[in-house]
Amino acid sequence: MALAKLTLHPLDKYLRTDRLPHIWCPGCGIGIALGAMLRAIDRRINEGKLDRNKVVFVTGIGCSARVSFYVDFDSAHTLHGRAIPFATGVKLANPSLEVIVVGGDGDIAGIGGNHLLHAAKRNMDLFVVMITNFVYAMTGGQLAPTTPLKVYTTTTPHGNPEPPLNVVKLVASLNANYVARASITTPHYIEMFTYKALGMRGFRFLEVISTCPEVYGRHIGLRNPVTMFEELKKRVKYKPNPVIDESDIDWEKGIVIGEYVVRNNPSYLDLVKRG
Amino acid sequence: MTQTLAQAVDEYAGSRFVVNVIRDRCKECEFCIAICPVKILVKGQNSNRFGYRPPVVTEPDKCIGCRLCEYVCPEFAIYVTKGGRS
Amino acid sequence: MRREFLSGNRAIAEAAILSGLKFYAGYPITPASDLMEYLAEKLPSYGGIVVQFEDEIASINAAIGASWAGVKAMTATSGPGFSLMAEGVSLAVATETPVVVVDIMRAGPSTGIPTKATQSDVYQARWLAHGDYTIPVFAPWSVQDCYDMTIKSFNVAEKFRTPVVLLSDANIAHMWETLYVREPGEVEIIERKKPSVPPEEYRPYQPGLDLVPPMAVFGEGYKVIVESLVHDELGYYRQDSGTYREMIARLNEKIRRGVGYIYEQEEYWVEDSDAVVVAYGSTARMVYPVVKALRQKGARVGFLRLKTLWPLDEERLWRALSRAGKVIVVENNTGRVYLDVARIAGSARTFFSPVITVDPPKFNEVMEAVARWL
Repeated sequence: MALAKLTLHPLDKYLRTDRLPHIWCPGCGIGIALGAMLRAIDRRINEGKLDRNKVVFVTGIGCSARVSFYVDFDSAHTLHGRAIPFATGVKLANPSLEVIVVGGDGDIAGIGGNHLLHAAKRNMDLFVVMITNFVYAMTGGQLAPTTPLKVYTTTTPHGNPEPPLNVVKLVASLNANYVARASITTPHYIEMFTYKALGMRGFRFLEVISTCPEVYGRHIGLRNPVTMFEELKKRVKYKPNPVIDESDIDWEKGIVIGEYVVRNNPSYLDLVKRG
Repeated sequence: MTQTLAQAVDEYAGSRFVVNVIRDRCKECEFCIAICPVKILVKGQNSNRFGYRPPVVTEPDKCIGCRLCEYVCPEFAIYVTKGGRS
Repeated sequence: MRREFLSGNRAIAEAAILSGLKFYAGYPITPASDLMEYLAEKLPSYGGIVVQFEDEIASINAAIGASWAGVKAMTATSGPGFSLMAEGVSLAVATETPVVVVDIMRAGPSTGIPTKATQSDVYQARWLAHGDYTIPVFAPWSVQDCYDMTIKSFNVAEKFRTPVVLLSDANIAHMWETLYVREPGEVEIIERKKPSVPPEEYRPYQPGLDLVPPMAVFGEGYKVIVESLVHDELGYYRQDSGTYREMIARLNEKIRRGVGYIYEQEEYWVEDSDAVVVAYGSTARMVYPVVKALRQKGARVGFLRLKTLWPLDEERLWRALSRAGKVIVVENNTGRVYLDVARIAGSARTFFSPVITVDPPKFNEVMEAVARWL
């Protein structure tokens, strides 16, 4: 791209503006999550705490994974579910890099589940953002590990018979240094948690609950972006020190966002004495 | 398609803040319209290049610069800057 | 240069260290585990790191990631693990990532016989993953060969920005032989070509005249894009036939054009033979003494050993075989390289003589396999 880059929006300096508008649907929350993350990254860069040339985004496959298309950093659009091991190789080979993994709930906790488990167990020095929309949207709306019981998906047309996976609970039960949940309905927390996570070592995990009006919204009857946003916002409740027992995602009881785990266990890099 | 970049910016300058809308990035989700606490954003009448109708600002002087529209826009299509005209 | 006494697997490990290996990712599997164990002990003292991952899928992806962070990376496995690495190999092809994948063949299919060797994985080594591509495959037959071909594997991987498969087997992995190892500086170690233009002018997948793009890596300010989807020279996803055709043509052509550098064969008495035996790997180890014994009895037999199983320099192979009235392909499978040789040399004069065994091939059985056609 030899031409001077177009920069209008304050975050355009971190975006490949020649690839905008992005592919995400009207009302999709991924752009909100990305914007909030970029604001946190921007703050850290301005404070001299992060080198702009050392940021690497690693993604797998799916809607959330398309983040790697649009960020103007080193980025990798790799295999479905395999962003975490790829990112692990990157970080171990060059520990000075700040490696950020972004993926959907299917990519990270479905096909990528085993890698998520072991990276958290190792307390591998990665920041993993899982954007949860409860469905495999890119491929048309199939069952995801987080799809609630009885919900219609294209592969469970008679209603999902499987209870969902609580990924925050799973990761918190392992050795991760930071486990938090946010929602695109209150983007400030995404920014705050990203800012905090980027200053920590070890495995940092952030689940971002997102709207998906086009696919999941359609499955549950919330097709209109603003309606879906408002219905989600009603159910999201921030708590300053949430406990794991209240982390289950329940569309009736509510979704508790906040920082579930904040600690300073030795990270994998500490344990292998490498950076 | 994205080679001729979406460049046109509609500037709505109020006395304290300027609301900038990058027309061709908008996908008409209406999040900004819904979230604005002073309710000065309404859906526009004119379609952008892709057929979506970006918002217009009815009373720019009422903008309080909270930037909730900027934070909640998934498209990087709206942002608020200081200054403006009296 | 100095003499050492090593196993095949250890020779691969030592050669990898000499080549500049700094990241090894692996998973335990017979008969490759001891390669990882040996490196786990030694590599840290060279500034490298060995990680046992949760499975082979993580291993290949981590190796590719490490390569993109700028270091030489390798993984070693056997049949079942190799199968798991398929998508990863495909990723390395599409993103043009230098990485070395060692497959220590054992008996398959499926769990097979973990401790014993066959030559079943020839085509899998070439075409493990989906997609239309060409990658180099090397087949050592001795501990010295393991050493030399590992250095070559890394050099080819870096020079052509490709995954390279080193196809050893359970016999060669664990046999011990003397070999000559190199000191640093004695052999050419190739590093990936770096960009000569500043970041604003860099296009990640724009090839040089050799069809290989210079490789900027993460953290150098080049904002590289590693893209698994079909992409243009910027690394942007493209779905049109033109981009696909160009990308596939270049990915295949950059390897094929390098066949002069990549391909190696060894000829014994070939110029003076009525029949030539073609073999590779551990089967070739027994073909050599058999052919030598036949020659001592006055038979005009020659032996051609393939060191490279893919791509084949068909012109060179054909010329070596052109004088022989008969070509006998001996391999430990139901016919793999035989099909290539039959096509190249002509099926009328090419004969397939398998020696299917899970034990190291015996002199008599290989003699019988060769003599049957003479």
